[in-house]
Amino acid sequence: MYATRARQARIEPFAVRPGIAERLGLPYMDAPLGLGAAALAAFSVFTLSQSTLHDVPGSPHYYVDRQAIYAVLGIVGMYLLARIDYSRFRELRVGIYTFLCVSISLVFVFGFAARGSRRAFELPFFSFQPSELGKVLLVLALSGFVIDGARNGSDWQRTVRYLCLGLAPAALVFLQPDLGTSLVFGAITLAVMYVGGVRWTHFAVIGAALVALVAVVLVVAPAVGTPLLKDYQTQRLTSFLHPSEDPGDAGYQQDQAKTAIGSGEKTGRGDRATQTRLDFVPERHTDFIFAVIGERYGFIGAALVLSLYALLIWRALRIVTLSKNSYGTLVAGGIAAMLLFQVFVNVGMNLGIMPITGIPLPLMSYGGSSVLATFLAVGVLQSIHMQARLSQRGRFAW
Amino acid sequence: MYLRSDERSPAVGNRLALRIALFGGVAVVLFGVLFFRLWRLQVLDGAQYLAEAKNNRTREYRVTAPRGEILDRNGEVLVGNRTSLALQVNTRKLPENLTERRTELSRLAALTHSNLRRVRRTMHEELKLAPAAPVTLRRDVGRFLVYYLQENQERFPGVEIKHVFVRDYPEGTVAAHILGNVGEISERELREPRFRGLQPGDEIGQDGVEDTYDHFLRGDPGLTRIQVDALGQPTPNGRLVTKPPVPGESLKLSLDFAVQAAGEAALAARGLPGGFVTMDVHSGEILGIGSFPTFDPATFTRPLTQRQVDDTYNNPLAPLADRAITGLYPTGSTFKLVTAVAALESGILTPTRSIYDGGKLTVGEQTFQNAGGVSFGSLSLVRALEVSSDVFFYTLGQEMWDSGEIQRWAHKLGIGRPSGIDLPGAAEGLLPSQHWRNQLYAEGETDRPWSVGDGIQLATGQGDLQTNPLQMAIAYAALGNGGTVVTPHVGKELTDAAGRVLREFGPKPQRQVKIAPGTRTAILEGLHDAAQGPEGTSYGIFGNFPVPVAGKTGTAQRAGHADQSWYVILAPYPDPKIVTAVTIEEGGFGAESAAPAALQILEAYFNKQSKGSAGPNGGSPG
Repeated sequence: MYATRARQARIEPFAVRPGIAERLGLPYMDAPLGLGAAALAAFSVFTLSQSTLHDVPGSPHYYVDRQAIYAVLGIVGMYLLARIDYSRFRELRVGIYTFLCVSISLVFVFGFAARGSRRAFELPFFSFQPSELGKVLLVLALSGFVIDGARNGSDWQRTVRYLCLGLAPAALVFLQPDLGTSLVFGAITLAVMYVGGVRWTHFAVIGAALVALVAVVLVVAPAVGTPLLKDYQTQRLTSFLHPSEDPGDAGYQQDQAKTAIGSGEKTGRGDRATQTRLDFVPERHTDFIFAVIGERYGFIGAALVLSLYALLIWRALRIVTLSKNSYGTLVAGGIAAMLLFQVFVNVGMNLGIMPITGIPLPLMSYGGSSVLATFLAVGVLQSIHMQARLSQRGRFAW
Repeated sequence: MYLRSDERSPAVGNRLALRIALFGGVAVVLFGVLFFRLWRLQVLDGAQYLAEAKNNRTREYRVTAPRGEILDRNGEVLVGNRTSLALQVNTRKLPENLTERRTELSRLAALTHSNLRRVRRTMHEELKLAPAAPVTLRRDVGRFLVYYLQENQERFPGVEIKHVFVRDYPEGTVAAHILGNVGEISERELREPRFRGLQPGDEIGQDGVEDTYDHFLRGDPGLTRIQVDALGQPTPNGRLVTKPPVPGESLKLSLDFAVQAAGEAALAARGLPGGFVTMDVHSGEILGIGSFPTFDPATFTRPLTQRQVDDTYNNPLAPLADRAITGLYPTGSTFKLVTAVAALESGILTPTRSIYDGGKLTVGEQTFQNAGGVSFGSLSLVRALEVSSDVFFYTLGQEMWDSGEIQRWAHKLGIGRPSGIDLPGAAEGLLPSQHWRNQLYAEGETDRPWSVGDGIQLATGQGDLQTNPLQMAIAYAALGNGGTVVTPHVGKELTDAAGRVLREFGPKPQRQVKIAPGTRTAILEGLHDAAQGPEGTSYGIFGNFPVPVAGKTGTAQRAGHADQSWYVILAPYPDPKIVTAVTIEEGGFGAESAAPAALQILEAYFNKQSKGSAGPNGGSPG
């Protein structure tokens, strides 16, 4: 067994007298995970500093400065969270879940509308998007419910309960409307259930239901005249299947992003980049930042970014197996799934193989809520890692 | 369910491990997909996407270069440029709303005497060629339309008035046939190598020297390549390449405006279709060349009305045809020069040999008469030319009917063959010969083979002969200059905008013909007497002309037409500098209409000379 072997093979790295590093808890953390996340954030700041100079008239560093601040706050948050025993969140699951649903609901009342959807609160220096933080909160709360629910009810009852618990906030987000984030919520729910041991047969049923749902939403409902998705949403979801059909619309964005990435070739075009510098690619500081990387830094840069994500997910999966308790396993699994889903859908969308769903690229896309939430998620992973390490030593950090 | 409590049994751990391993497997597959896709886009297809991206961000605008001017030999402007107002539509600024757009286009169509369908088609075609460029709906729009559009600007968003270059003809119809006009290049022409580098919508010379010298007159269009963003709007500092347009070179013609205008006026005064050529006998420079009826080249700078189409293309008098070079006529007695050269050079005739002219010549069953049936008695060559004895030349024709000497010499002197003139559409003509007619006969195209009668006809420029004033002028010039068959040309030199000569055109003579000095002297003397001897056929016209000249009348019989009047004249005698050939369809005897026309031309030429202004050959004749 991989996890067991790893435990035996590892040499205890601690001195008899705790040094400064140990007091800070650094030796208990997973260095590749933290450094990888920090490197991605740094790369994001670097990319924005080169590509968004002219985006906000009069303040060339608008995005760079803000993203740098978010990254620093995120790293601090990650560190602080790592020092807290995540197991407490299991006890707080009801509170977390309530906060999650209420904060998302409040957006409908107090949120400000951008491009036809209410997703965020306007705060003094940045706008806070509850659904971003909600991804992490959902992992924490749902994992707690799964552990809890393992003791009562039949298998089917449990499966239905988890699904309802996960899909309720997803539905709220969907109504904002924010299709992309609600899909992330769905992915998290399924992943936690999967790691939590829900039966394969249940997943088969859920899978069949999903297929039926997609068919109803995309084909049947519009056909009978009661479309459930807004036109632009349907278009965005299906345009990747025929990207060049209408260069004026959704397919156009994807075409331009593809052209941007392709034109970067092996080593990138640097400041000679045109696709992502001259507005051909939309949302280039957020959803399509991967296209900027592809065009500016070529295959080398894009592959480096992908490799860093692969590193994060590998470390996350490793932490799943290291966790000292089942709650940690579920949380780490949920976070790994959250990262994997977002990276694959966002990069796939940039590369023209996934639909446009408005999912940010974790740590790279500009946006305080997303950067902070992702760092907090990494912080939770660090906490699981730290607790596992400390339990091996037979003592607690605090 | 394996989660029974916080503590895991080893069995539960194994089942979890399987799920995590599967999870990891999915992650590996997903990353594999992303890496593979990235590799394909950037490494395998990168070059293609790079080209696409580059194409994406630039728009090219061509800046038309003004065409070079066309001047006469003294610098008088025959064709210039004027700026004209063109109506353009910038499609990006048209109303977004389809109904509004439709309304505006219909209004525009009505204002420009077009219809919505045609406007749409024009726009569609032009946008296909240059996607972001404004579409020219109409050139040369009137001032009042411009005022109207400017006053109602808010009703016509996207409509712009642009200044464009249009050909301008300050001298009206003068030299219309030589100048030609300018028009949009056709799809077929675009494929020709001489128009390489041009694009649809570019203008090229059509006909005349605009066509022949198009390459020099055209200039090089400028190119402005502008970097644009996704909306097609120019980006700040996005002017990538700007190549200024290079104006075309100016073409100076050998034409002398005074001679040209006099020639055209002389033809117009007769009111009958005809043509004339005045040429320097030594260099082949054409001083004047024209045709009647003529046309106004400026009509082609704007869309033609139906009436203009009828007047030019559908007119039975064919005003677009340049009769001086494309005409196909028998020449009448003016051809006798060729017969005389052939007879003298082949030895059957000497200047002193006398032939009896009894008024008619009977060969077999055919009788050939002098015009008017007069009898001149015994004649030598000089006198035969003076009085234009037909019987004298009938006799020569009879003697040479099957020797081919007349044809050999006519061919040498340039009759019935390409002249090499720098104008498009020149006719080759037809020099009838024994071989030609016998071949036709063998093919059943004609009722009889070559006969003595054909030889006799040819000797006096009648029958099947088909030529034009230009070829006659070349033949006369060759005798006048002692045997040089010149290459006629109207293009003299190219100059830049400052007037500096960039290149001179002086085409080499086509060939040298050996003509004995005695032959030349005798014939010129005969021609001189014909023009200015008391019994000369054109004495009535040129008898009192102050400059000694040598000229020959001709009266050609054309099937289905009244007699065609001809006159070809070398001046001054005995060392001619210029030759003028005039023909007037249905103009009667040579002396009736062609000779007076020639007189008008020579008067213009020598008037200018005697006034001391710089003439074609400098100095004044003796």
